Amino acid sequence: MDSSKTEVKAKGRIEIDRERCKGCELCVSVCPNGLISISAKLNATGYLPAEFKDEGGCTGCTTCALVCPEVAIEVYRA
Amino acid sequence: MKKVYTRPKSLKPAVFHYCPGCGHSIVHRLIAEVIDELGIQEKVVGVPPPGCSVFAYHYFDVDMLESAHGRGAAVATGMKRANPDCIVFTYQGDGDLAAIGTAETVHAANRGERITAIFINNAVYGMTGGQMAPTTLLEQKTTTTPYGRDLKVEGYPIRMSEIIALTRGAVYVERTAVNSPANIRKTKKAIKKAFQTQIDGLGFALVEVLSPCPTNWKMTPRESWQWIDDVMSKEFPLGLIKDETGNKNAG
Amino acid sequence: MPEVLMNGNSAIAEAAIRAGCQCYFGYPITPQNELSEYMALNLSRRKGCSFVQAESELAAINMVYGASAAGVRVMTSSSSPGISLKQEGISYLAANELPCVIVNMSRGGPGLGSISAAQSDYFQATRGGGHGDYRTIVLAPSSVPELAEFTHRAFDLADKYLVPVMILGDGMLGQMMEPVAFHHEAPEVFSVRSRSLRGAKGRPSRIFKTFTSKPAELEELNWSLFRRYQLIQKEETTSEAFLTDDARLIIVAFGIAARIARGAIKTVRAEGLKVGMLRPITLWPFPTEAVKEAAKKTKQFLVFEMNMGQMVDDVKLALEGKGKVSFYGRPGGVIPTPSEVARVISRIYVQEGLT
Repeated sequence: MDSSKTEVKAKGRIEIDRERCKGCELCVSVCPNGLISISAKLNATGYLPAEFKDEGGCTGCTTCALVCPEVAIEVYRA
Repeated sequence: MKKVYTRPKSLKPAVFHYCPGCGHSIVHRLIAEVIDELGIQEKVVGVPPPGCSVFAYHYFDVDMLESAHGRGAAVATGMKRANPDCIVFTYQGDGDLAAIGTAETVHAANRGERITAIFINNAVYGMTGGQMAPTTLLEQKTTTTPYGRDLKVEGYPIRMSEIIALTRGAVYVERTAVNSPANIRKTKKAIKKAFQTQIDGLGFALVEVLSPCPTNWKMTPRESWQWIDDVMSKEFPLGLIKDETGNKNAG
Repeated sequence: MPEVLMNGNSAIAEAAIRAGCQCYFGYPITPQNELSEYMALNLSRRKGCSFVQAESELAAINMVYGASAAGVRVMTSSSSPGISLKQEGISYLAANELPCVIVNMSRGGPGLGSISAAQSDYFQATRGGGHGDYRTIVLAPSSVPELAEFTHRAFDLADKYLVPVMILGDGMLGQMMEPVAFHHEAPEVFSVRSRSLRGAKGRPSRIFKTFTSKPAELEELNWSLFRRYQLIQKEETTSEAFLTDDARLIIVAFGIAARIARGAIKTVRAEGLKVGMLRPITLWPFPTEAVKEAAKKTKQFLVFEMNMGQMVDDVKLALEGKGKVSFYGRPGGVIPTPSEVARVISRIYVQEGLT
């Protein structure tokens, strides 16, 4: 992904409920644009939850939410 | 921005007790989405089994009835016969449906009971700590096949969907998996068809879902997805096994 | 309502239909087959009703469980070995407060046993053959009219207390024919229990379950069930006293054995022996007070059962040592004759110096 591209108006974004997340990393593995990574900060139940890097590359394709076992991801689209 | 994806209405907000990456969680959500889309939340009664998914009644926002281990198909039969207008689904693991509940499942299917059976095949007994299931693969190590499942001692893994498809009362049988976005979408489609089969009163419907169990397989969730592709689906081929919903007049 | 000549099994089925039984799930086993056949003939075609011959008695009781959860009156019937297969299901029904009627036309046991009448399932019925602390109401008819009457009562008791109710008959009662009158008409419209699972329409969704990871929750369920059992004990315990006022020896017998004992008592009464009978009608709750009451008249009891001695324990428990309890029993499906029992009565009467 060309990071030098000018700020593109994002087509979509997601919200990850970091307390519901159990760090299974399935969303990380399916995001077509690699926009999800694992946080370094533990959540209350002791998991390292997934974290969304809102750099404008999200298309709101919902694949992450589709595979999320914890119903922890909500998806928004422009 | 508009919200395009959120928790389905028929799923309670409770956090699942399932392990990270567990397939049960995904199938729960798919069932709830199907119930929402078919608009039947007020008519559905779910019958969860003893097993990891015993707590399913805390997650579905529909009437739920605890059943004895293996007896889901018989319980659902009684429920449906007593109240044909309700939509009954059983949610059963491989031990529940294909070991102790074999007779109930085969005969409910053979009678063509208008019920929907969701069969989660994760090749182990999860709740009790990873023992051999009837669907445990040859050479697969479990706590009761510590040297690997031995054909000479434990026989082959049982292909329950194929067995059920042989009963003339089963009109729709499909095996899917929840180990990739595409397969998860297919699973949802199959679950929806299985519920529609019941709504149309055509006969018994079964969806077998190959489901990851990272904890007892001793793999990461991602590795468990891979294992389903590389190993499990060779033993349990995915796809449509039987579909007679077309030439069956709604009965 | 004119009397009709009917065998016991059919009378139960007819009474159940008239009591509004909507679903029947059975499985063939002698000596109760006429009951399932009657339901196949007369229930299966009724509007709103359903008959299923299940693949096993175990499946049948789980169908009962499902139908009861849907809020309808439901019944199953079987005989001894089949009733053993139902025990897990009965425990679940009791735990989830799901009413139903279970008929055991018992036969000689243990094992495959005989197909002749016996009473060797008393403990199983009254102590609960399944796991966990629970009780089931157990009614013991001793005639075809009582089979019909108790079937109706069983459905009412089940719904009143939300408990499984068992009718403990036997092969003889099931097969014998007697004139019987039915005092109720089958309902045209079926009522549905409000506490049921028919889909969360206009109300929040409901869960019927007992599984819990918090033992205290399950303890509370047990306490609530046992408060109900105490109420049942207080309100529903029934027995029949026969010629006990001047009795020096009281026979305690239930069901078909009580019929046999009745014949024996008439014989010995004719010879001047002052013998009476106390017949438990509810085996659970056991008529403890009635036994204590009888013990005010005499300390001499003879328990007669068609088994190796089961109800005799309850009689002893009721007397708490304040009575001499003799026992005479014939297991295996042997049918004792009245004259045989009369001889036993006379021998004890003399040995105990009651003349």
